Amino acid sequence: MTRDAYVLLEDGARFDGLACAADEHAVGEIVFTTSMSGYQEAMTDPSYAGQLITFTYPQIGNYGVSDGAMESGRIHARAAIMRAAVDYADAPSATQGWLSWLTDHGVPAITDLDTRALVRHIRDQGAMRGGVFPESVSEAEAGALIDAEPAMIGRDLAGEVSPPAPVGVGGTQSGAVATGGGGASVGTGGDRIRIAMIDTGVKLSILRQLSERGADVTLYPCTYGPDQLLADNPDAIFLANGPGDPAALEYIVETVRELVGKKPVYGICLGHQLLCRAVGLETYKLPFGHHGANHPVKDLATGKTEITSQNHGFAVLGPSGAKTIEGDEPVRWETDFGAAELSHINLYDRTVEGLTLLDVHGGTVQYHPEAGPGPHDSLYLFDRFIEEIRSGR
Amino acid sequence: MPRRSDISRILLIGSGPIVIGQAAEFDYSGTQAARVLMQEGYEVVLVNSNPATIMTDPDVATTTYVEPLLPGPVERIIDRERPDALLATLGGQTALNLAKSLHESGVLAQYGVELIGANYEAIERGEDRDLFRETMLAAGLRVPRSAIAHTLEEARTAVAEIGLPVIIRPAFTLGGAGGGVLREIRELETVIGRGLDASPISQILIDESVLGWGEFELEVMRDRTDNVVIVCSIENLDPMGVHTGDSVCVAPQQTLSDHLYQQLRDQAIQVIRAIGVETGGSNVQFAVNPATEEIIVIEMNPRVSRSSALASKATGFPIAKIAARLAVGYTLQEITNDITRATPASFEPAIDYCVVKWPRFAFEKFPGAEQGLTTHMKSVGEAMAIGRTFKQAFAKALRSRELDSDPQFPADATELLRCAAQPGPERFDHVLEALRRGHGVEELHGLTSIDPWFLREMASIAADPESPFSGERTFKSVDTCAAEFAASTPYYYSAWERPRAVGRNGQPVAVHEVERGSRASVVILGSGPNRIGQGIEFDYCCVHAAQTVRESGRDAVMINCNPETVSTDYDTSDRLYFEPLTLEDVLGVCEVERPEGVVVQFGGQTPLKLAAGLRDAGIPILGTTTDAIDLAEDRARFGPLLDRLGYKAPPYASASTPDEAIARAPTVGFPLLVRPSYVLGGRAMEIVYDVDGLRNYLERVGVIGAAGVNGKSPTIYLDRFLEDSVEVDVDALCDGDDVWISGIMQHVEEAGIHSGDSACVLPPHSLGEEMLDEIRAQAAGIAKALGVVGLLNVQFAVHAGEGLHVIEANPRASRTVPFVSKAIGLPVAKLACRIMLGEKLADMGLPSEVATGHVCVKEAVLPFDRFAGTDVLLGPEMRSTGEVMGIARDFPTAFAKAQAAAGARLPSSGTAFLTVADRDKSAATGIAIQLHDLGFKLLATRGTAKALARMGIPAQTINKLSEGSPHVVEAIGRGEVDLVINTPVGTGARSDGYEIRAAAVAHRIPCITTMSGGIAAARAIAAAAHGEPDVVSLQELYAESAQAP
Ligand SMILES: Nc1ncnc2c1ncn2[C@@H]1O[C@H](COP(=O)(O)OP(=O)(O)O)[C@@H](O)[C@H]1O
Ligand SMILES: Nc1ncnc2c1ncn2[C@@H]1O[C@H](COP(=O)(O)OP(=O)(O)O)[C@@H](O)[C@H]1O
Ligand SMILES: [Mg+2]
Ligand SMILES: [Mg+2]
Repeated sequence: MTRDAYVLLEDGARFDGLACAADEHAVGEIVFTTSMSGYQEAMTDPSYAGQLITFTYPQIGNYGVSDGAMESGRIHARAAIMRAAVDYADAPSATQGWLSWLTDHGVPAITDLDTRALVRHIRDQGAMRGGVFPESVSEAEAGALIDAEPAMIGRDLAGEVSPPAPVGVGGTQSGAVATGGGGASVGTGGDRIRIAMIDTGVKLSILRQLSERGADVTLYPCTYGPDQLLADNPDAIFLANGPGDPAALEYIVETVRELVGKKPVYGICLGHQLLCRAVGLETYKLPFGHHGANHPVKDLATGKTEITSQNHGFAVLGPSGAKTIEGDEPVRWETDFGAAELSHINLYDRTVEGLTLLDVHGGTVQYHPEAGPGPHDSLYLFDRFIEEIRSGR
Repeated sequence: MPRRSDISRILLIGSGPIVIGQAAEFDYSGTQAARVLMQEGYEVVLVNSNPATIMTDPDVATTTYVEPLLPGPVERIIDRERPDALLATLGGQTALNLAKSLHESGVLAQYGVELIGANYEAIERGEDRDLFRETMLAAGLRVPRSAIAHTLEEARTAVAEIGLPVIIRPAFTLGGAGGGVLREIRELETVIGRGLDASPISQILIDESVLGWGEFELEVMRDRTDNVVIVCSIENLDPMGVHTGDSVCVAPQQTLSDHLYQQLRDQAIQVIRAIGVETGGSNVQFAVNPATEEIIVIEMNPRVSRSSALASKATGFPIAKIAARLAVGYTLQEITNDITRATPASFEPAIDYCVVKWPRFAFEKFPGAEQGLTTHMKSVGEAMAIGRTFKQAFAKALRSRELDSDPQFPADATELLRCAAQPGPERFDHVLEALRRGHGVEELHGLTSIDPWFLREMASIAADPESPFSGERTFKSVDTCAAEFAASTPYYYSAWERPRAVGRNGQPVAVHEVERGSRASVVILGSGPNRIGQGIEFDYCCVHAAQTVRESGRDAVMINCNPETVSTDYDTSDRLYFEPLTLEDVLGVCEVERPEGVVVQFGGQTPLKLAAGLRDAGIPILGTTTDAIDLAEDRARFGPLLDRLGYKAPPYASASTPDEAIARAPTVGFPLLVRPSYVLGGRAMEIVYDVDGLRNYLERVGVIGAAGVNGKSPTIYLDRFLEDSVEVDVDALCDGDDVWISGIMQHVEEAGIHSGDSACVLPPHSLGEEMLDEIRAQAAGIAKALGVVGLLNVQFAVHAGEGLHVIEANPRASRTVPFVSKAIGLPVAKLACRIMLGEKLADMGLPSEVATGHVCVKEAVLPFDRFAGTDVLLGPEMRSTGEVMGIARDFPTAFAKAQAAAGARLPSSGTAFLTVADRDKSAATGIAIQLHDLGFKLLATRGTAKALARMGIPAQTINKLSEGSPHVVEAIGRGEVDLVINTPVGTGARSDGYEIRAAAVAHRIPCITTMSGGIAAARAIAAAAHGEPDVVSLQELYAESAQAP
């Protein structure tokens, strides 16, 4: 009972395949990830809200789905676009087959599609809006649906994935503890530090890493202001990863501006972009973003190259407004809060991957040190952050 | 940090002859390394005993030595060349061991040579089992528990500690003979007993068994500044218990979750750091229990390996090239990925296809050998296939194998399932058949422990073999980055995709990524998986063809599916298509390439089989026409041609039934050489001396399916076997009008020993000028009569009484082309290719006769030590896997070098044991006298001893095995024999001769099975008495020959 389906892009390019999950259509921004494993982590990563994921690795679903691989409480990506997908649940860790799982959650998916052709098209033309449609939807209707979808630029998606009210990580929106993984048990007492996190769609892996290192995290709605965040005097502020265009989140930027200098502020991915905007730096949209688990990033402090997990469509402009930075020097920005120094650089396209605030407490990275999915090379960053916080208080 | 400037001259050690477990992949890695180091401005001194390698081409390194890979010769090279550094991590185990002993003997220190790549300590930690275990445990990693035992009691205690099941590995046995798995305590005495008996030093290794666990390999690279990347993960479809080299493998890994895979990645990085490999590639093997998520480290190779060649071809990440740069001081970040040309090498390839590697076996060549796959590698080659999906890759790999006959399946279900459960050469064919017959995935998983994911994918292939190939054939490129960046390296594979529509209601078009350009292209067909009879020699010729086509201003297009080779290095041709060598796949490439012509002469039998089909499809074949090829190969046409020319050939007849064969035998006359029609490397060929022998052969081979194609018995050919004849190989070039003889090689062993297995000498050492002229004339006559345009190889037998006979003519590159090229210093394959592209010999200014002031000997290397149970006799059936070359001023010295290089180093003194057939007794006495004069103690069986006594040669008599203890096999076991000379009496398997030869091979004692071989050996030993021979570089030799008048 194979049903024809197709992917249509806003520029009219069409790619045919077979529907293999929920009998729905989905529109949004079409992006691709080159990660060769971790499909479930990707689909449940809130940063993918509003996006349809093209998997460049052809065999998807091989080891089914499991609780341990959840990055949030639910699926955030709008659809999965694949070359070959299976629904096997043989893997000892599997609780369900991949396609059944997508279907149960009403998420459409398409397989047997020439993903490489699609990826080459996006690589050359840039990420764009598009959709996955059952054959029953005419191209004309599909085109209309795509045109109706707002563009990613200027898009506030954080609001959609942020919790309605504060939550202690013990029982987050998605139950970090329940999902185990790093065993994010939140034993209070001891010498634990307290982190207030602006939750723009945080990944559970981040919470696990912090909690394993003795941090109690409280997640706040991203609409909360400075006073609310400082109310019970946390040791540090953490800006989470998340979806959408940082430029559309001026209200968060305003909040952060109030916090910088008062508390150590750290950010990952979207959080990195927000903190940078808060101190007066600019962000811009990358042609087709970074999504994968193999980008080399250089830590300018140690000179070591780490293989990183990446998932972002926007990036921070370098000093003098350059999109890329030549040379591996820790160049500096003059920010509204004093000097900032480049701490990490992407060796693939030489974009900004992280920076440290020199005159106030704070540091950020663009990529995903928490992995999930991806290499563990960058976990040291959590030690660095936690160490700074401890020494700072 | 730029390249090191404190070193300028680097010694690079190759891996020597092709043997099982160490094949062409090290020519690939060594060649890459040499080229890179030259580009970096270093002087490269290269040593390798294998002439059939690209790395030993004189233009690859500054100075090239074709010398034995032994401490002695290499020390002499170091003494002459005074290199600053030694790079040994690209020449396999051979180079690594050599570097180790040169360090231990103090030679490196004495000459101030620095080990780069991996230092001595790292090599030790990686290679020494105990040190490795300690290092892993210290790093907090898990390894199999294991112990060594010499007695039943020790074994009992060990087993008690380790816990059942355990793996028994006897020390020093042939191909793992006597090894096995101990599952139940009540089997202990039997299994352990067998192991202890099998081991000459009655020592066994007892390993905790993780049979059935998943086996995974990670290819790791590390640079000076401790940056580490994983180039590729490889998953074995065969669970633990089958050597990775014998396993069907897939890259990247398929069945591990990201969570589990990242743990492997972390551990691989821990391993390379703990072992301390400073720079370069390493291969780490893991066993993983998917249920418990337990991970065990099996081993790590602190060097470039077979798997890293596979990983390079699978990802486009040139491990050897980068390892060489790292070794001279670069860091990964400083090296650019030459596929994207935009990104640094400090990344991990992302791939958007699947790769399947399939081993190629040769059990049919070793009757009597245990067929099972175990922890000892037995495959002789491999094929790799790239597909967009696992199913595409798997199905392409199936057809890349080029099996000579289709697997036979037992009708009985239990029998079929047994074949699927027991790892063997055709295991997956049986699994597929079982699935076809409706056995379930769960059932087969229970029997085989093969991961259900693979079984499910196979089930759908079994249900419909064509299913992976729906849609249109497109060509995608291998770009290391899953299309994230634009790639500039033209490395392609065919992928079947749905037609795609561009734009609203656009026309369906499949997406081709091939950038064809406007230049004319020439397609070169490779030789597919290495197998006995078709090995690296043919890849060597294909690479030379590619180089020639490029030099001619055309695009060279390579099609091949062998990941071990230089031909499948994307640098070798303008466009590489990694495809199976079937007519359909080749035509698929021709469709996009529209080539000016196809070269079928260089890849051995594989391309020749496709020639007719290509011609019929209207694809121009360059050089010798398909009809000429047929004329040479069809005996019914070739015989009359020889008659017309007035050349002698052995009388022969052909028969389609056994009875017919027996009826015709007398008309041909005994002894007979019998063989079935399709023969590659002399398959199933035997010499019979009378009707009974013939009948016996026909029963074994002729009619019984064994050698038959799908059970049908093929035509049987009967040739008069020319006894006591000297065999001669001739390689010649012909442009249709003129002929140029490139080399005449005289075999050391008499006709009857396959040309591929017998040692040969260039120039001939005992043929008169008259005979040589006659040989030249006949070779030329055949070349013209066939209308050869390109290469021709003719094999002759010179019979004592009846003179010169033509055995066969092959209008294609022969196995000897690389040897001849190295010997005469002219690139024969390149010259042939120029002729095929239209040049004339007359315009090429070749010397009429290449005067060489030196003698070259080629010696074959045989894999008997891998096949417990088979007889180690030489015969018309080719069984060697590789070859070495010895070069010296005189024949005996060259022969001695070749023997040493082949691993059968001749003793300079000690005890020689002789036992020969009656017809050889007189010849044997001659040899005995020489050995006696050289101070050897002589040992002989009764008959032989009598014959010697008659000539007054003192020889101590010793019992045959059958005559009871104390017998010769025991003596060999005790290491009391240094040289064995034994010619067979009949071919009774398990005969005394068999036991003696087996013992000799097991204890690495030179075992000579022909009189002519014995005579040469005696002369060589005499020559060696004048001290270690000098080493000489190819560049020096060629300079000399150039001056020679
Ligand atoms: N403890 C074990 N239990 C089961 N199989 C094993 C064990 N150790 C090794 N093997 C099998 O034997 C093969 C060869 O062992 P390995 O240590 O890799 O030797 P080699 O140096 O020849 O590669 C492995 O590929 C694996 O399949
Ligand atoms: N008539 C013969 N007399 C003696 N030896 C022969 C004869 N024919 C073949 N041989 C031996 O058998 C070997 C293999 O035969 P050949 O025809 O060359 O088969 P292949 O095609 O495998 O090379 C030869 O190298 C030669 O040593
Ligand atoms: Mg191994
Ligand atoms: Mg031959």
